[in-house]
Amino acid sequence: MFRRLSDPEKKVRMTFEGQDITAQEGESVAAALLAAGITHLRQTPVSGHPRAPYCMMGACFDCLVNIDGVSNLQACVTPVREGMSVHSQVAEKDLLHEDG
Amino acid sequence: MKTVDLAIVGAGPAGMVAASEARGHGLSVAVLDEQEAPGGQIYRAVEAVAAQAPERLALLGEDYAHGRRLAENFRVSGAEHIDRALVWQLEPNGLWYLRDEVCHELKANRILLASGAIERPVPIPGWTRPGVMTAGGVQILLKSSGVVPDGRVVLAGNGPLLYLLAAQLLAAGCRIGALVETVPYARYLEAVPHLPAALGSGYLSKGVRLLRHLRSSGTRIYRNARDLRVEGEQHAEALCFHAGGHEVRLDSDLIVLHEGVIPNQQLTRALGCVHRWDDGQKCFRPETDEWGNTSVEDVLTVGDGAGIGGALAAEHAGRLAALEVARSLGYLQTRERDRLSTSSRRQLNKLLQGRRFLEVLYAPPEERQSPPDETLVCRCEEVTAGQVRTAVRTGCTGPNQVKAFTRCGMGPCQGRMCGNTVSAIVAETQGITMEECGYYRIRPPIKPIPLAALAAAEVDCELDDVAQ
Repeated sequence: MFRRLSDPEKKVRMTFEGQDITAQEGESVAAALLAAGITHLRQTPVSGHPRAPYCMMGACFDCLVNIDGVSNLQACVTPVREGMSVHSQVAEKDLLHEDG
Repeated sequence: MKTVDLAIVGAGPAGMVAASEARGHGLSVAVLDEQEAPGGQIYRAVEAVAAQAPERLALLGEDYAHGRRLAENFRVSGAEHIDRALVWQLEPNGLWYLRDEVCHELKANRILLASGAIERPVPIPGWTRPGVMTAGGVQILLKSSGVVPDGRVVLAGNGPLLYLLAAQLLAAGCRIGALVETVPYARYLEAVPHLPAALGSGYLSKGVRLLRHLRSSGTRIYRNARDLRVEGEQHAEALCFHAGGHEVRLDSDLIVLHEGVIPNQQLTRALGCVHRWDDGQKCFRPETDEWGNTSVEDVLTVGDGAGIGGALAAEHAGRLAALEVARSLGYLQTRERDRLSTSSRRQLNKLLQGRRFLEVLYAPPEERQSPPDETLVCRCEEVTAGQVRTAVRTGCTGPNQVKAFTRCGMGPCQGRMCGNTVSAIVAETQGITMEECGYYRIRPPIKPIPLAALAAAEVDCELDDVAQ
């Protein structure tokens, strides 16, 4: 769905669901994921449908992800960091399931 | 705790210019912004692009490169730039923000809100699917990361940004499958009376140049498109619409939607500023005087957040607000303020007159104010237009009751994506005006913040106050 005009100059390494991703220093997590071909960032809590970044400016909250164990972070306003571990946010309708 | 003369929220053109101007008159200024670098969305990453990617600066165009000068002036102004700051609570003389997971308080004698615009939501069936994005979002990817669409790209909607993005993508070597315009033919006639004012503003010649460029590139253009919908379950597969008497289906990997921008009202609403429905711009906007003073004492707002005027208008409005703050705090005599404001006032008026043509021509099509029942209006809580209509018919009298009964507007975006549409549906179903209908009540925190950060915040108040 997207491509980079040029390879990242200052590389930052991170993962999404364990998959290695190379990002450009200074860009947002959402940009890095889209450039890596990842388009489904979360499932909605109501219907479980997949969602992707929509507005890229912090308004729509459709790019919510889990970063290093913290949920509900906006991927489009969070800058990439070396070693960052990003996970998709799945529907958690039942809070009791969170601890297994 | 620190107190500044002026706290500015937003480091776009209005905020940057206001900060530089206020510093020039000796005020202490702090500018809070969500991004790492100044520029706002319009000049996003302009410093980094200029320094590291000159070829990208060239393809983004002169208007974008102009932001570099604003950022330079701002950097040397002596204003404190609090970057990556999420402002979540406002009071007339202070605010709270989250930065690096810690809450901070800042006191200010005056607050200037320059939080800009958001894109007008384009609620059509299927607009929530991955593979559908806003034009602003796609442009941000290009500006800040040099990331561009690949595959079958369809641009749909109307307004200057859509054509600008098309030209920028073509310059970046992208292929655009089609441009689908949602401008009803009648709008061209309605816009004609506003043509003379637009001729003087420079908007028109830019627009004509962009359209000519687009046509010469061979991009297929569909006009007067209506009944837009996105097909595809897990991912957008096609954009379908009616145009020229035919049903058209365009297979697409990425569908880019845009129908103009509207003020980001979250901060001014949360502060309790009076808002009015602007029927020319088809949006709610905070009521202000000619300097940007809102109905709340010591609080001003300028730039696109106060009504859509564009980036250049925002600069002039920012300057005027800074002069007014300098006057109200005793740094300038009234006569001095007026003398210093004449040039900006004149240019601002000229720019705003020129916009009327764009507002009429690119007003959102009526079907967007009244989406089909199956359309998800609230992206967060997945509430459809039909559910909102049912709620109104069963007795919900306004947007806040609809919210309470359907959860529409109760998700993390706090109504940013559905607010206008819900008010429009309530107004239509009840047969009242948008002004009578009103809007959601917006409450802090303006954006979700971790409970732990809130609990750890040091609140500066006496126990007696709490007891009372």
